[in-house]
Amino acid sequence: MVQLTLPKGSAPKKGKQWPKPEGAKNTKAFKIYRYSPEEGGNPRWDTYHVDMDRCGPMVLDVLIWIKNNVDPTLAFRRSCREGVCGSCSMNIGGRNTIACTKGWDEVAGSTITIAPLPHLPVVKDLVPDLTTFYAQHAYVQPFLKTDTPEPEKEWKQSEEQRNELNGLYECILCACCTTSCPSYWWNGDKYLGPAALLQAYRWLIDSRDEATGERLDDLEDPFKLYRCHTIMNCAQVCPKGLNPAKAIAKVKHMMVERVA
Amino acid sequence: MSTDFKTPTGAVRGLGAARAGTGHHIKQRVSAIALLFLVPWFLYAVIAASRGGFDGATAWLAQPWNAILMILTLGAAFYHMRLGIQVIIEDYIHKAGMKQGLLILNTFVCVGLFTATALSVLKVWISAGL
Repeated sequence: MVQLTLPKGSAPKKGKQWPKPEGAKNTKAFKIYRYSPEEGGNPRWDTYHVDMDRCGPMVLDVLIWIKNNVDPTLAFRRSCREGVCGSCSMNIGGRNTIACTKGWDEVAGSTITIAPLPHLPVVKDLVPDLTTFYAQHAYVQPFLKTDTPEPEKEWKQSEEQRNELNGLYECILCACCTTSCPSYWWNGDKYLGPAALLQAYRWLIDSRDEATGERLDDLEDPFKLYRCHTIMNCAQVCPKGLNPAKAIAKVKHMMVERVA
Repeated sequence: MSTDFKTPTGAVRGLGAARAGTGHHIKQRVSAIALLFLVPWFLYAVIAASRGGFDGATAWLAQPWNAILMILTLGAAFYHMRLGIQVIIEDYIHKAGMKQGLLILNTFVCVGLFTATALSVLKVWISAGL
């Protein structure tokens, strides 16, 4: 049976209440998931009070403020701080998104909950283990595959053919979609997940690629592809506004096209 | 400490792509399209057949077109049900052996239900002297 409850020792417990910043007039509470493999024990929910008058507008600003001013042990990934690198993906207010483009004023409630991406092993605090996610991305061979000798200058593509890649190439591999998918939660070891399949379609539809049949062969599987049940969580949470479910539907359409 | 030293790439590749699934996908959609027409007819049929009591219902079902459409509805519904339950089992049951056992049971139950219900319709039809 699929595992519907957290493994032993993984259920978060009530954690530390950090003191309110001195002299702050405008504070907001943030309940943050904390787990340290060195310390052992269950994860915990720590509550931090942030001086919103001295903090930037995004959730990532809040995390950086906490790390700089309250608790330097808080671990999270971040890099570009402008929605390009996909490093700071996490679950904010119950919804997967990237912290750098999510304004804290966009999240409802007096206390904002921040947790790592769901259904992944946790390395530390808000840092999940994305090893399998990257292996799934590598499985779809996200690069141009050709047999024709490489042209002297470049592989040509019309404007219309290039436009086919819009809505696909923008993916930043933040894993928000994949980890929001219940089908991936239950069968993440076999199902490739929305992000990898969106990338698969990005190369299937590329007019310059010559390995379409081979790519479809590698995807045609009841689990690798057909676990998508169009639940649509992926399209709901994508911080770049992409629609992986639509891309997966198009892959299925290509599968049908070659047999019927 | 984990004793599984399989690499992530090896784990994701697993047993390789089964080169299957498209047939199931097509069958599920085609049976759904059939049911799109047959279910509204079935709902109408239940109301129409029940108006005249037991005798009226058997007389109604004994009409050739009604019997044919009823058997088609049963066939499409149980076939669609078999495909749907297969997906649910594959989604939630991971234990090898139990999964395959339930998949076989699912097929037996759906085929059994179709056979029993379709024969009932045929019996009414044949009993009425065609």
